[in-house]
Amino acid sequence: MEILIPLVVIAVIVLFVIGLYNRLVTMRQRVREAWADIDVQLKRRWDLIPNLIETVKGYAAHERQTFEAVTQARSAAMAAAQSGSPEQRAQAETALGGALLNLRAVAEAYPQLQAVQEFKDLSENLRDTEDKIAFARRFYNGNVRDYNTAIQTVPTNILAGMFGFTAEQYFEMTDPAQREAPKVSFS
Amino acid sequence: MAAPQSRLNIYDAVAANRWRTVALITVFTGLLIALGYVVGEVFAPGGGVAMVPAALGLSGVSATASYFAGDKLVLAQSQARELAAGEETQLRNIVETLSIGLGIPPPRIYLIDDTAPNAFATGRDPKHASIAVTRGLIDKLDRTEQEGVIAHELSHVGNHDIRVMLLVTVLVGTIALLSDWMFRSFAFGGGRRGRDRGGGGIILIIAIALAILTPIIAMLIQFAVSRQREYLADASGALLTRYPPGLASALRKIAADKEALEVANKATASLYFANPLKDAPRAMDGLFDTHPPIAERIRRLEAM
Repeated sequence: MEILIPLVVIAVIVLFVIGLYNRLVTMRQRVREAWADIDVQLKRRWDLIPNLIETVKGYAAHERQTFEAVTQARSAAMAAAQSGSPEQRAQAETALGGALLNLRAVAEAYPQLQAVQEFKDLSENLRDTEDKIAFARRFYNGNVRDYNTAIQTVPTNILAGMFGFTAEQYFEMTDPAQREAPKVSFS
Repeated sequence: MAAPQSRLNIYDAVAANRWRTVALITVFTGLLIALGYVVGEVFAPGGGVAMVPAALGLSGVSATASYFAGDKLVLAQSQARELAAGEETQLRNIVETLSIGLGIPPPRIYLIDDTAPNAFATGRDPKHASIAVTRGLIDKLDRTEQEGVIAHELSHVGNHDIRVMLLVTVLVGTIALLSDWMFRSFAFGGGRRGRDRGGGGIILIIAIALAILTPIIAMLIQFAVSRQREYLADASGALLTRYPPGLASALRKIAADKEALEVANKATASLYFANPLKDAPRAMDGLFDTHPPIAERIRRLEAM
């Protein structure tokens, strides 16, 4: 009987540790799944851009600078996705959002363009995609926060240190619409 | 377990609902066993035990059936048809966007051709979920209001409320059916047997009492469960859109709309976003409400 008691104690501790470890793995997995959601929407935005530029070009061919800014920002964003950290990627995508906002501001000045169905569809698609990016980002950041809190608080922090669970980065994009909104006026 | 933030964690809500599902099934099974036992005793003294497996079997079959096919039953009963691709793009976009924010796959979208504004969600888990909205909801509510309602329904999906509600709805139906059947047996056969036996009077009284009480108990559980759930879904829905006034304004419009939803009935009423029956207040109001009062829901949203 005396041998049994320490065995039971050890078994309980082992089960407890296994439970904590599995919880950390689950939380890290949720962060990765949430990241995939953002990725899908960011790619969808890239895919919309060539068509959007082509459509606007048909009515406003001389706005070359604006088109180039968007194309460059898009390439930069795609490059950041290949190699960059979430932070760099967020910066590049924020820049792309700003460039797209300028493109839309330019398009405002061409009433014939506003009447084109294809342009309307593309604009609506773009707006919808940007909404989805915002929501995917929020869900991702929520999961990162839960995970980071877990690996920094007792008792999970001990396990996190032992098994190499490291903090994940937030995906912060300052909303270009908010920053640039006052620019669009009186034109 | 929960992170110390004020964020309502969807995973914790799911875990809580898992326990609630188990508890509910246990309670309902208990009620069924009691019913079955007493029925057995009435018709053949000492035969109560034999009825227990039958009651258990019935409860098992109806729980399994509702788990796998209950959503289709409810949708068919509500005369909902699935939206085709490209139809109601704005609604579809709202559903998709908010699903991403909640981290669930977008549910299938159904339309009910009725001008009363309302909506409900059903299914067994987020992977097998459907959301149904009425024509009136699309026509009478603006985008932010629709977002509020959809976010409310999606949080029912996300935290597995839909499973609990579906099971409760079908199990309550089963108990109602069983006690109804008991009454009929008493009326047609009980008297004759009572004369043969003589001593079965007390059992018969207990049986009648149970036949009356169990459906009432079952209904009270259903209503209590669904009322509490609505507040929770309002809160997590508002958290998802970050815009409580949208949902509050939707509630106000729906409260002002006096139209009843024709395809809803007593069994499905508790699934809806707002009480679709618009029935007149009764003396026992409050206890038998499927939904919390709209004024109170609005008040809580405005306090956020």
